[in-house]
Amino acid sequence: MTVTFLILAALTIIGASAAMGLRNLIHCVLALTLGFVGLAMLYLELGAQFVGFTQILVYVGAVAILSVFAIMMTRSAGPHAEPALSASWIIGLVVAGATFAVLAWAILSSGITAPATEAPDVSVKQIGDALMHSYAVPLEIMGLLLTAALIGAVIIAMPQEKTP
Amino acid sequence: MSAQTVDQIFVLIKAWLMGHVPIAFQPIASAILSVAPVLVVFPLLFAITTVLERKGLGRMQNRYGPNRVGPYGFLQPMADGIKSLTKEDIIPRSADAVVHFLAPLLLVLASFLAYAVLPIGRNMVITDLNAGVLFFFAIGSMVELAVFMAGWSSRSKYSLLGAMRAVAQMISYEIPLVLSAIVVIMATGTLSTVAIVDKQAVYTHGVAHWFLFTPWGFVGFILFMIAATAESNRSPFDLPEGESEIIAGYYIEYSGFKFALFFLGEYLGMFATSGLAITLFLGGWSAPVSFLTWIPSYIWFFLKLLVFIFVFIWVRGTFPRLRMDQLMGLAWKFMLPMTLLNVFDVGIWHLMPHGILRWIVCTAVLILPAMLLSRTLNRKQKLQTRTYRYAD
Repeated sequence: MTVTFLILAALTIIGASAAMGLRNLIHCVLALTLGFVGLAMLYLELGAQFVGFTQILVYVGAVAILSVFAIMMTRSAGPHAEPALSASWIIGLVVAGATFAVLAWAILSSGITAPATEAPDVSVKQIGDALMHSYAVPLEIMGLLLTAALIGAVIIAMPQEKTP
Repeated sequence: MSAQTVDQIFVLIKAWLMGHVPIAFQPIASAILSVAPVLVVFPLLFAITTVLERKGLGRMQNRYGPNRVGPYGFLQPMADGIKSLTKEDIIPRSADAVVHFLAPLLLVLASFLAYAVLPIGRNMVITDLNAGVLFFFAIGSMVELAVFMAGWSSRSKYSLLGAMRAVAQMISYEIPLVLSAIVVIMATGTLSTVAIVDKQAVYTHGVAHWFLFTPWGFVGFILFMIAATAESNRSPFDLPEGESEIIAGYYIEYSGFKFALFFLGEYLGMFATSGLAITLFLGGWSAPVSFLTWIPSYIWFFLKLLVFIFVFIWVRGTFPRLRMDQLMGLAWKFMLPMTLLNVFDVGIWHLMPHGILRWIVCTAVLILPAMLLSRTLNRKQKLQTRTYRYAD
């Protein structure tokens, strides 16, 4: 529990809570982006350079932009005047507490302690080798998924055919 | 003083200064001493570039450019700086104050961070990351978020329009940018910028092994520079900030120093992507021919950077602006297929034996599709209102 870990964890949690609690939807997305950056820095603190930078590239550079575009295209007017707590907040609190209890029990009883040896210094070359040899099938499946998304995007933007 | 000492003078100065720092403060002092020169030199280069650009554009348009402040107008940046610092900072009443304030900060932050992995000279890089090129592209993608924040928070139609155009342009051109850098990564097998420059700083028959001198490197370089021009919203891709169409696009509602910060961020981004192009394709700090290696490495880097700045200014003064649909068509219909072909090409180059046949095959694989693709783009287009089949 070093100081850097505490600061980064606080940053992530503040970002995520602000994403839930703020009124203006664009502010929520920006707070969520702060949470993503906090997660990326946690990866970097653990020494996973490739994953940390890919997190920034994908989440901050693509997912956040996608979210703001979606919000911008589908907003009708300004922020609605809603009460801060929804009507069924007691049930929500109970469900959230139950989920937290289950997750905490699962993590605490899993028997993971600090590793005995130092984490290996993984280079990007080793990640590339692993992706191409051991994990080639998951890579191809993700390629299929992305192709499906691309085809879906092209279909939505397809122009009207001239009816004869 | 030997050539070796002049080449490593900044490294030696830093080592001498570090000898005077107590042990407890060594890491922080080392970081500050590495970062401070970048924070001083590149904004100074930005100031010089603004006046060079105005004079250069003026001369290309058969007029003088600024010539009042200082000899031949070269102290104009001082006047511009004083003006932007003393102007009133106007924030529109309906603007989102927090996001409005943070947008230029994020832009300048992202632009400065990108210099952390560029090797300016031999042994002169702020940090030699194992995934250096990936870091550069990750930081570059934060710029788009800053542009969107600027346009959205101003709550003005022109700002929002400019921001949406700018973000669409930047994310479209990010793909050819990264793909054209991937060929270099494939050829060298590493993401570290220092290792990429070291692989290019070897000489056969007196000529360096720059990747620019290979067919795939040359095409990759051209595609990278086109994508870099589009990424920094620079003419002829400056429709988002089109001065004659939507007045200044996403930074209309900014005044005073924040406006200057946007310019600073844009130009710093331009220098950073030029620096990455120099690192990936032009051999970083290495000399092109082996009998010129006595010139210090950082001088070579800045000479190459100045050539790039000149070409940027030249292109700005020469070509008309691209329309939005032409711009997007160029990205998706020309540059994306060309960069994918380039990746294929570098594979062929790697697997074929050395010799003249390799050159002929690789050049043919690139030139013929380029001619066919550009013919497709030059077809007459009927422009009409778009109606969508499934999205109405």
